Amino acid sequence: MMKLDFSGLESASSHFHGVDSELVEGLSRAPSFEIPNTTNFDGFQKEAIQMVKPAKGTTTLAFIFKEGVMVAADSRASMGGYISSQSVKKIIEINPYMLGTMAGGAADCQFWHRNLGIKALKKECEIEYINFLTYPMGEEFIGISHMFRCRLHELANRRRISVTGASKLLANILYSYRGMGLVGTVLPYYVDSEGGRLKGNRFSVGSGSPYAYGVLDSGYHYDMSVEEAAELARRAIYQATFRDGASGGVASVYHVGPNGWKKLSGDDVGELYYKYNPITPRMVEQEMAEAAEP
Amino acid sequence: MTKHQANWSPYDNNGGSCVAIAGADYCVIAADTRMSTGYNILTRDYSKITKLADKCVMASSGFQADVKALQKLLAARHLIYQHQHNKQMGCPAMAQLLSNTLYYKRFFPYYSFNVLGGLDNEGKGCVYTYDAVGSYERVGYSSQGSGSTLIIPFLDNQLKSPSPLLLPVQDAITPLSESEAVDLVKTVFASATERDIYTGDKLEIVVLNAEGIQREFMDLRKD
Repeated sequence: MMKLDFSGLESASSHFHGVDSELVEGLSRAPSFEIPNTTNFDGFQKEAIQMVKPAKGTTTLAFIFKEGVMVAADSRASMGGYISSQSVKKIIEINPYMLGTMAGGAADCQFWHRNLGIKALKKECEIEYINFLTYPMGEEFIGISHMFRCRLHELANRRRISVTGASKLLANILYSYRGMGLVGTVLPYYVDSEGGRLKGNRFSVGSGSPYAYGVLDSGYHYDMSVEEAAELARRAIYQATFRDGASGGVASVYHVGPNGWKKLSGDDVGELYYKYNPITPRMVEQEMAEAAEP
Repeated sequence: MTKHQANWSPYDNNGGSCVAIAGADYCVIAADTRMSTGYNILTRDYSKITKLADKCVMASSGFQADVKALQKLLAARHLIYQHQHNKQMGCPAMAQLLSNTLYYKRFFPYYSFNVLGGLDNEGKGCVYTYDAVGSYERVGYSSQGSGSTLIIPFLDNQLKSPSPLLLPVQDAITPLSESEAVDLVKTVFASATERDIYTGDKLEIVVLNAEGIQREFMDLRKD
């Protein structure tokens, strides 16, 4: 039976500071998730998901280079074949030093990133922690339990956890969800729930990731400048949106440096097409001249 | 061990469509009044729109029993808020409350597709659109429900506003006037009624502006 880690929800109840405690007693109980009364939990979830079809399908990427970390994502949310939104925020600003990216269930990511921000682990957890998770259910629980364990390590050992350590913690957490196809990154590591843990400079997650990898891998150098890196990230997302139907909208690019993150650009990929494939007037005139000849 | 097959589903879909459009100083929220189950019409006169706060109105389609439960919960939370803070809840606050309320039923969702409309703290129109488990986004216009796939492309064509993700930031508010927006809503529902069997009977339009809340009705095809 899958064990879901709800420890992240506990302290939400302490936020109630109403004078009349009886009034809020019912609500100050730690919010718990009702489980449907069925013998087949997974089957029910599958049916429920089929019915409500949470939005997913995406391209996100991040890479490390000399000047820090570059993070980019598209903004399309699809429900089956229907585009439910072209303006979803997939890069979530947790606090001035932390970005979260999302792939998978939009509601899961939004809810838990909101909680992550409220916990305000702030500057203490400046691991350049960027979390990609790609399964439609439950993955954000992992994100928050991972954050807590990193913080516990800090408190117990009186120094920040190393990136290697953080990635190992995440790999161990993901192992209890093995078989569910979960993926995460704590740069420069990539971890998944099959037990994979890879070290690398660049990762891309989502349905458009193969296309993004093509561009990213061919253009990557460690000693790029910030502008070059931003252009590489933007181009990679653009190419992914061009070929992948589930990705599109606006390509956002963020840079994470020693002083925190900064949003570098947000471009509509439809407009980017004409920037990368300008219409050459000369050819058109030539065609018109040729057509005019009898 | 033989697998236990469910012989009963806790959900049903009562159909219907809702629309909301945000303007510079107003917000229009509309929904049809037909409630159906399968091919049967249960009633032609059911309101899918509810006032959550002075400046915040919600329209929901989907399973109306879940919608009703959701509305009761939000009304209760709003009452507590008023007792604690001695003021009405603002629309952005209510929007986040709705998102959290939906997410707490993540493993047994409310089958409710919501659209929240109102005036934000500066008096500008705001519309928030949701999925069934609580992911939400502030937009200039939105539609949910059985007719939404027919309505949204038309609204995109008429009202397409720049994405809030673009840099430099551009405003998402519709340039239409209040009466133009109401006319657009009437047109949109008349078209949706033609092609969606679950949408029709009557249209309820609620307009929120500085003067308060006004409600009007328009007849739609009853077939």
